[in-house]
Amino acid sequence: MTEEIIKDVIIGESEDYIVNIGPQHPSTHGVLRFEVCLQGETVKYIIPHIGYIHRGIEKMCESLTYPQIIHLTDRMDYLSAHMNNEAVCLCVENALQVEVPERVKYIRTILDELNRLASHQLWWAAFGMDLGALTTFFYGLRDREMILDIFEESFGSRLLHSFNTPGGLMHDVHPNFQKKIKEFIKYFRKKLPEYDQLLTGNVIFKQRAVGIGPMSKETAIAYGVTGPSGRGSGWACDLRKHAPYSAYDKVQFTECLETEGDTYARYKVRMREMWESLSILEQLVDNIPEGDYTAKMKPIIKLPAGEFFQRVETARGELAVYIVSDGNKTPYRIRFRTPNFSNLFVINTIASNFKIADLVAISGSLDLVIPDIDR
Amino acid sequence: MLNRDEFKEIISKLVPEAEFPEGTQLPEVIVPVAKLVELVEKLKANPNTSFDYMINHTAVDFNTHFMTVYHFESTTHKHLLVVKAKIEDHENPETESLAALYPTCEFFEREVFDLFGIRYKNHPNLKRLFLEDDYGHPLRKDFRDEVNIIER
Repeated sequence: MTEEIIKDVIIGESEDYIVNIGPQHPSTHGVLRFEVCLQGETVKYIIPHIGYIHRGIEKMCESLTYPQIIHLTDRMDYLSAHMNNEAVCLCVENALQVEVPERVKYIRTILDELNRLASHQLWWAAFGMDLGALTTFFYGLRDREMILDIFEESFGSRLLHSFNTPGGLMHDVHPNFQKKIKEFIKYFRKKLPEYDQLLTGNVIFKQRAVGIGPMSKETAIAYGVTGPSGRGSGWACDLRKHAPYSAYDKVQFTECLETEGDTYARYKVRMREMWESLSILEQLVDNIPEGDYTAKMKPIIKLPAGEFFQRVETARGELAVYIVSDGNKTPYRIRFRTPNFSNLFVINTIASNFKIADLVAISGSLDLVIPDIDR
Repeated sequence: MLNRDEFKEIISKLVPEAEFPEGTQLPEVIVPVAKLVELVEKLKANPNTSFDYMINHTAVDFNTHFMTVYHFESTTHKHLLVVKAKIEDHENPETESLAALYPTCEFFEREVFDLFGIRYKNHPNLKRLFLEDDYGHPLRKDFRDEVNIIER
């Protein structure tokens, strides 16, 4: 079907254009190439081409020990590095049946939410810029800087802070940790309404977003579109709610659902999730129990022979780790089911028959991180 | 939400030769490749199981054979099931495609085809996803790349 169209284009019988967007294009947010067939300005179909930064992480992991694997998982979805670490750690801990201290659970949950906030802030910044609102980029990055400073103080790095390790944390958090978070919550509660004033009610923004790229709940489930993108279609897929891990069973929060399924609904879900993340942080930050920052682990971690599966909710959806162990210190096979991989391939379904300018809005609203797709 | 025994009861009626390994983390069933599509189709349609969401599909190379692994979840009942199919032929592995039932599976299958070289019958567009056409299949255990991978 597609080959026929391409042939028609080449011999000049059709009026369609084939346009490549990417791999080096700002609106693809990474090295991703969309092969777009256009009829005038209208998109007929889109073929995503991936693999430009395929590093073979799953293959590399087969020769690394479990504490070493943690450092590679950062490099998948670099904006939810902490959740990626946690997925592997939880999987290993479940396999070994290690009970981590309460303190670790609380700190991990706080870091999850901080990381989710940082990720959503960057998404908001970049999404506004995709649609021509340059101011959002400065606002978003200004506020994200505060979270990155908290990370830097405690872990020594801002983005890829392999702070989790099987059994607990690498070391204890900085004494300023709680104070800085409380300052941030207070600051960001004032700044978040500004985000709404800038974009949410903006007429130009709404014309670019409302009704663009509608995705039904059935499509979301069939394509496995999880995270805020899936919840924008009304699919209750928040694993923090449905399969709680760490300290998520101890906090109160609502699962943000919208039913329209368009670009604006996905936008609203993320905006509401930022408020929820703040409220989760507030519930936890004063109640971090005292205790060890790690459980007692053997120096060489060997998993029992068998298969282990663990799912966590990253900022972009469901990350599943599937480990096949043969009893050695390295996994026999490790598989990462990454959220962006499934989220990307729905784009042909939801962006067809829209204008090419809407494609930028739709791919922005899916919040793609390309290293997570390619792995 | 069904438990292991209830899954066992439903599945053994559909596929009598199915195996149910004990002591696994999730309920698990191993079926012959020939029965895979039929079983998954019926489990998806059955209102008691209704596995409408495919979380994950991958394969594992066991040197003598391949095992394809499917993780399913039901969005209504919230239960999980692992379906596995064993591919005996290690030289020319071939199995059935589930892309018609789960659109997301089309791309998982292309990834497995790319990295393991497992061919899927009835796949709409079986092309390599990440690597060049003349590259080997890196996740196979007998894969060697003397230029780029340093053996330890």
